[in-house]
Amino acid sequence: MPLIFTQRADNWLRRGMAGAFVSVVLGITGLYYYAPPEYTRVGYAPKQPVAYSHELHAGRLGLSCLYCHTGVEESSVAKIPPTQTCMNCHQAIKADSPQLEAIRVSWAGGGPVRWERVHQTPDYVYFNHAVHVRRGVGCVSCHGKVNEMPVVVHEKPLSMGWCLECHRHPEEHLRPPDQSTNFEWQPPQGQNQRDYGLTLKDQFGIRAPETCTGCHR
Amino acid sequence: MRWVFLGLAMLTALVIREMGTRGTVSDRRPLMVFSDMDFQPRYNPQAAGPFFADGRAMRTPPAGTVPFGGTDYECDAGSPRQNPDLLREDDAYYRGKKGTTWVTVNPLRVDMKLLQRGQERYGIFCAPCHGATGKGNGVITQYGLTGVAGITDALHALMPDGQFFDVISNGKGRMMPYGPQIKVRDRWAIIAYVRALSRSQNAGITDVPESIRGELKP
Repeated sequence: MPLIFTQRADNWLRRGMAGAFVSVVLGITGLYYYAPPEYTRVGYAPKQPVAYSHELHAGRLGLSCLYCHTGVEESSVAKIPPTQTCMNCHQAIKADSPQLEAIRVSWAGGGPVRWERVHQTPDYVYFNHAVHVRRGVGCVSCHGKVNEMPVVVHEKPLSMGWCLECHRHPEEHLRPPDQSTNFEWQPPQGQNQRDYGLTLKDQFGIRAPETCTGCHR
Repeated sequence: MRWVFLGLAMLTALVIREMGTRGTVSDRRPLMVFSDMDFQPRYNPQAAGPFFADGRAMRTPPAGTVPFGGTDYECDAGSPRQNPDLLREDDAYYRGKKGTTWVTVNPLRVDMKLLQRGQERYGIFCAPCHGATGKGNGVITQYGLTGVAGITDALHALMPDGQFFDVISNGKGRMMPYGPQIKVRDRWAIIAYVRALSRSQNAGITDVPESIRGELKP
């Protein structure tokens, strides 16, 4: 039987197949690594119209999250504070600072300050801040240690898999509801998070939904 | 064969160089790989919208109106029950006034739960300026704010509850209105707590039960 392919063509075929195989493996690996929010969203730290530092206000000054984010306990949104909240202090403190120019313009009737949104769930996710905060999921669980961030960085992926990790094992993250805004909270001496979390889970009857309609409608 | 792998290795290196690693801090907008239905044609709270001239989706309530979220079923047409609070007509509760005189007694039942709520809210909204003890020495005074009222002094002890309510709601002097930040009920809780705080700050030896006076150290 005569050879259909020359030795040369056979070599090319082998090379091509090996190359294609490695390309597919690399491609899939690349997608797994680069496509999820763990890559696309984590680390996002947009430049804001005012270089507001959570590290200064929530950290060193010790202001509560609730001083500005007043909606977080009873609404699905935490609320970005209105300009008036800034002016509570900044009409008197650093009133002439060039950094606060955007705030003064807004206060003088120039419309809202156009803050860049950092954490954003897709529109088909109906996340509710109030139910989480009032059941003892701390701010820190989803936003990281904001009180140590001069510029807010998107620290957690907020991907669906990440949400579900906690919905399946809420005890790993629960704390007493009145400690929700406390960044330094630790379980009581001699108890680990898991056991303490299970107690709270029982006490507050927490059944975090794992069905689609829990978050998507 | 060597060239194929070399080429792929170089391509991989290039991708890693360009794309970086997970968690790299950057101000670039998140890359949307599949953006289907992530952004739906609707207005989200506090979001921008092209319809109104000022570019905001949310509207300022017209003067003389009360917000109604559509969830207050007792106010719906045909409801057998009425919500007396819908119009916020109770001047004593919503404005701290009866006619032109200040309310002198807290309209809420003052119990431990209310005081604890007041303490918590005082810590969030008042303590930054007035200080945890109410002496007007909050953290902000270290940054140059002067003239913060000490709200546990004799002058404030004479101030009726209703006037306290009015100052919290509408501000006074340099103090901005806190009505938009603190709910009505919480304002009354804070007032109840401030009364307790004031008493504790102005306590004398006669306020201590005789049985434990010996334990006090000067």
